[in-house]
Amino acid sequence: MTPPESTPPSGRARRRGSVDELYAEARKGSRLALGRLLTLVERGGDAADSISELAHTDAGQAHIVGITGAPGAGKSTLTGQLVARYVEAGRRPAVLAVDPSSPLTGGAILGDRIRMDDVVVPGEERSVAFIRSMATRGHSGGLALAVPLAARLFDAVGYDPVIIETVGVGQVEVDVVGAADTAVVVATPGMGDAVQANKAGLLEVADIFVVNKADRPGANDVRRDLDLMLDLSHVTGQEDTNYRPPILMSSALEGAGADEVVKAIDDHLAYLGTNDRRLVRRRHRVRTEVRARIEQALSLRIEAEMDSNAGTEAVAKAEAAELSPTAASTLILDRLLGRT
Amino acid sequence: MSNAGQDAPLRVVLAKLGLDGHDRGLKVVARILRDAGMEVIYLGLRQTAASIVEAAEQEDADAIGLSMHNAGHLTLAPTMVQALRDADLHTPVIVGGIVPDVDVDELLEAGVAAVLGPGASAAEVAQTVRDAAAVGS
Repeated sequence: MTPPESTPPSGRARRRGSVDELYAEARKGSRLALGRLLTLVERGGDAADSISELAHTDAGQAHIVGITGAPGAGKSTLTGQLVARYVEAGRRPAVLAVDPSSPLTGGAILGDRIRMDDVVVPGEERSVAFIRSMATRGHSGGLALAVPLAARLFDAVGYDPVIIETVGVGQVEVDVVGAADTAVVVATPGMGDAVQANKAGLLEVADIFVVNKADRPGANDVRRDLDLMLDLSHVTGQEDTNYRPPILMSSALEGAGADEVVKAIDDHLAYLGTNDRRLVRRRHRVRTEVRARIEQALSLRIEAEMDSNAGTEAVAKAEAAELSPTAASTLILDRLLGRT
Repeated sequence: MSNAGQDAPLRVVLAKLGLDGHDRGLKVVARILRDAGMEVIYLGLRQTAASIVEAAEQEDADAIGLSMHNAGHLTLAPTMVQALRDADLHTPVIVGGIVPDVDVDELLEAGVAAVLGPGASAAEVAQTVRDAAAVGS
């Protein structure tokens, strides 16, 4: 499949080179080419599909690490600390830092890089790390497609580990992090009590907990609540009897605890290596992505069907209370599925 | 699938170069550009030409906004433009802040795409970035 060069929007003519050429350059280490490929990945469409075809044959080596937590928990600062340690250890880490887009204007302030400016090893001209900021953008399911593809691209051109950092709100974000090889959840003091800790969602996908800002009051309470939450997983049988997520304390601003987090991430990878657990994760990840792709394609068809004459009419009738929302949706669904 | 996302948001790197602690203006510009529908990669204070080049490359930026309030613009802005060209990047550089009128031509000749001074409206700031990104190749 020879990818066509994505038609540049008017004026942005600098995207020279075909996807094939850019990919070959990126594999040789060109950051310029990789930066452009990531832009195409974000935009989706034919060029992104071509990149997916190219990358999936070369990917499969990298350790995919998800880092999530509430806004302001210290994810980016911690990520910066981890990246610095990976670089020192001679590895080539990549970071995909996801921040929300405005639902009103589509704009975004991507402010994660500012927390990661310590990643150059002294004596080296530039860091081997590659950091890319990504806005969630509005389009339905777009993030669910762009993030795994960007991670696969990093993997395919030789980055390892690939860190995906995202605010832990929204199903897509939880899915993305939950589909990583290793999911790190960053908590902080003052975010709630034991009942919060037992609510369903984010905490369930964690392989490693980090209680950041551990120098602040209440950090030990958070650790205790998480510990109890894990104990209850044992009571209800939810627990993986061979692996209990560690709870680490850190103060990312000072770098305290970061070494332990790096070790825990390595340990979790080693654990995944036993009993083909990593394979299970990967299968899950592939399945999630295949599903997301189908969902996005379907959602486009749903939009089209709703905007069709019959769809508009059905919605108008529902709005006027002549039809129930259920009946209107059945009408549209029947058309979508060819049942009429 | 179709070529979705042709109207993708512009990506703009905002930074202050060197030792200049006045970042209120840059934060205002960040908000203006966000509300104009752009994606702002905010680098903030104490950046170097090298760190900005690195960000522009990795983020595939459409434009770079430099805020300058320390009278260093005649030295720093041309250095920035040259550093980008050396890295084979042609990202347009827009300088904002306190730049005397008599210096504007010299900056433009050095390859700066546009200069925004005090009093520029939000609409003017956004349009200047759009125009620079459209021309910049």
